[in-house]
Amino acid sequence: MTEYFDEMWGLSQQTRAPYKKFSEWFEGEEPARLRAKQREAEELFRLTGITFNVYGRDEAEERLIPFDIIPRVISAREWKKLSKGIDQRVRAINAFLHDIYHRQEIIRAGRIPREMIEKNEAYLPHMIGVRPPGGIYTHIVGIDLVRTDEDTFYVLEDNARTPSGVSYMLENRETMLQMFPELFSKTRVQPVSGYPRALQQSLAACAPESCNGPPTVAVLTPGIYNSAYYEHSFLADKMGVELVEGSDLRIVDGHVAMRTTRGYQPIDVLYRRIDDDFIDPLNFNPDSMLGVPGIMDVYRAGRITIANAPGGGISDDKAIYSYMPEIVEFYTGEKAILENVPTWRCNEPDSLQYVLDNLKDLVVKEVHGSGGYGMLIGPTSSKKELAEFEAKLRARPNNYIAQPTLSLSTVPIFTKAGLAPRHVDLRPYVLVSPDGVNITPGGLTRVALKKGSLVVNSSQGGGTKDTWVLED
Amino acid sequence: MLLRISHVTKYNYDEPVDYGLQQVRLTPKSTRAQTVLQWSTTVDGGKRELGFEDHNRNTVELFSFDPGAKSLVVRAEGLVQLSNTHGVVGPHEGHTPLWLFQRDTPQTKAGKACRELAKTAEGENDLGLLHDLSAKVLSAVSYETGETNSSSTAEEVLAAGKGVCQDHAHVFIACARHLGFPARYVSGYLMMEDREEQEATHAWAEVHVDALGWVGFDVPNEISPDERYVRVATGLDYSEAAPVSGHLYGSTAENLTVSVTVSSQQQSQSQ
Repeated sequence: MTEYFDEMWGLSQQTRAPYKKFSEWFEGEEPARLRAKQREAEELFRLTGITFNVYGRDEAEERLIPFDIIPRVISAREWKKLSKGIDQRVRAINAFLHDIYHRQEIIRAGRIPREMIEKNEAYLPHMIGVRPPGGIYTHIVGIDLVRTDEDTFYVLEDNARTPSGVSYMLENRETMLQMFPELFSKTRVQPVSGYPRALQQSLAACAPESCNGPPTVAVLTPGIYNSAYYEHSFLADKMGVELVEGSDLRIVDGHVAMRTTRGYQPIDVLYRRIDDDFIDPLNFNPDSMLGVPGIMDVYRAGRITIANAPGGGISDDKAIYSYMPEIVEFYTGEKAILENVPTWRCNEPDSLQYVLDNLKDLVVKEVHGSGGYGMLIGPTSSKKELAEFEAKLRARPNNYIAQPTLSLSTVPIFTKAGLAPRHVDLRPYVLVSPDGVNITPGGLTRVALKKGSLVVNSSQGGGTKDTWVLED
Repeated sequence: MLLRISHVTKYNYDEPVDYGLQQVRLTPKSTRAQTVLQWSTTVDGGKRELGFEDHNRNTVELFSFDPGAKSLVVRAEGLVQLSNTHGVVGPHEGHTPLWLFQRDTPQTKAGKACRELAKTAEGENDLGLLHDLSAKVLSAVSYETGETNSSSTAEEVLAAGKGVCQDHAHVFIACARHLGFPARYVSGYLMMEDREEQEATHAWAEVHVDALGWVGFDVPNEISPDERYVRVATGLDYSEAAPVSGHLYGSTAENLTVSVTVSSQQQSQSQ
């Protein structure tokens, strides 16, 4: 018996149905051959050049994210339920963003306190009264989910700003198809390869109303020193659109235009991978060298689509997250399908006291944090770490939320000693346009390679797996 | 009162400018106290790229330099009919929530000096309190040009004890917000009766009071705006209401001249 739900073996060491075919195949394989394949896969990644810079180190070190060859398998039925929950959640987030930048009905209705928005630095006044083209705020979402048992999925983070990692979803599948073609003839796995085309179509469908003819889409990157530069160029390449930097762009004839060999050409939809603060030195941070001066003016004049819309970061705020069940219900009129992790907001004195009293059992996160930095995992922390965090909490309670430590499900990884369970999460990739919500079947499974570890972030030594959603 | 306004902003550069933008908020809106009869904003040495209404309901326009231009002239001029509402602008309008005007900005953050100054204000009601605050700000900051610049903060101004209308407005706004009032910055024009050529554009503050809505306070002139004031743009501070803000590639030296004329017109039309 394990104390965690394993997605391959359940709680009772019986192979679960979605893994049956894979398990049969695996049993028939020579471990030595698989070990060779594992090495081959790593070599493939190195050749492709898919790397990830680790933040928070002295030099921006390019590092390969480890890939594990054991797929994570999700049944068609499980996926259907998940998709419904994701669809509901992104619709609610979009409606929430529209509301807080317009009439603020949710505050008038008393469903979330005014202070949650008022005191929030992510609330962008420049977006007040602005209707983004197509009415869409979050064009590209990567909701982080964890599973705790047969039926329960929790949302950890909504990532409605700029979710990264979709290139790993695509490359992981590509690699598995090359390594083990026979496996895919035995098992019917839903393809993910349509993502770049779906992304391009979804973005094009959000073009401003003034755009006549086929919309011009481009990807805006901060440049080669950004940790996700590989992904920016990968996506532009796969979509067949230009990859641009701020210095390639100017305001020409009332539009944002990019320098080409044929002069400046207007852009209708910009998939930007630059944070709000840096996107426009004329309107925001004047020191930014990365952005496009005046792009917010063009945006507010309704002549370009910025994906995702500026000001959406407020829905990623972890204190706002704690209100997501109310937010979903308020805008969709339905109960939330996906679970929200119970969250203590440390700015409330009673909650803070509870958190301080139970620190060793809780996970504490910064309200605006991401990437697994600045967080405390009570159960695996030393006395010293707990004491340090207690001081931080007392000094700036507004800056933190706390959650119970979830029993994250495990999926086996391939080790020298055979299969061994490791904790995982799941980031499906969601596209939103006036045509509807498109969810690629699968996503990025991140795995904590260290035994017992609950931190799956690639910046903290996590790896990835191919994620299979089976055909019906 | 009928005022004719001409506001000319001229930039000269040592070297030709390859690419540059100017974002301008130069068009007044009709309100309870002012009716804009005629207005135009034009440019020499550049072109108008676009225009929109921002979250403060300001008319914003974006101009670009003609490639290779060595100067850019932005000319805003028109005719505005004014009446005296004793500073009362009226109820809050638009999607921008009133509470937003209680937000700090870098230039209007109340530090120790602002908080202490705010504490000294007294009055039987909100309006009395705010007029007293205005007087206290003026006695703490005497009117003097050249001591501060457009990016000075309220705390810096109080430390210097000197400043211009923009600085008075920032200090007053910081203190009013500290006392719990929504407050905003206003840029516009004031007709000084003794002259036609005004020294510069003017700036003052507006505070939201429950009974009246937005009410204006001109600290250095010790009054609430009357029929000599033309209200052009508003914002949380100077940066949101600035008549002109620019962005330029390259580092050619800039020489800026501003001329503002405000003159009273004969009431020619019959009412």
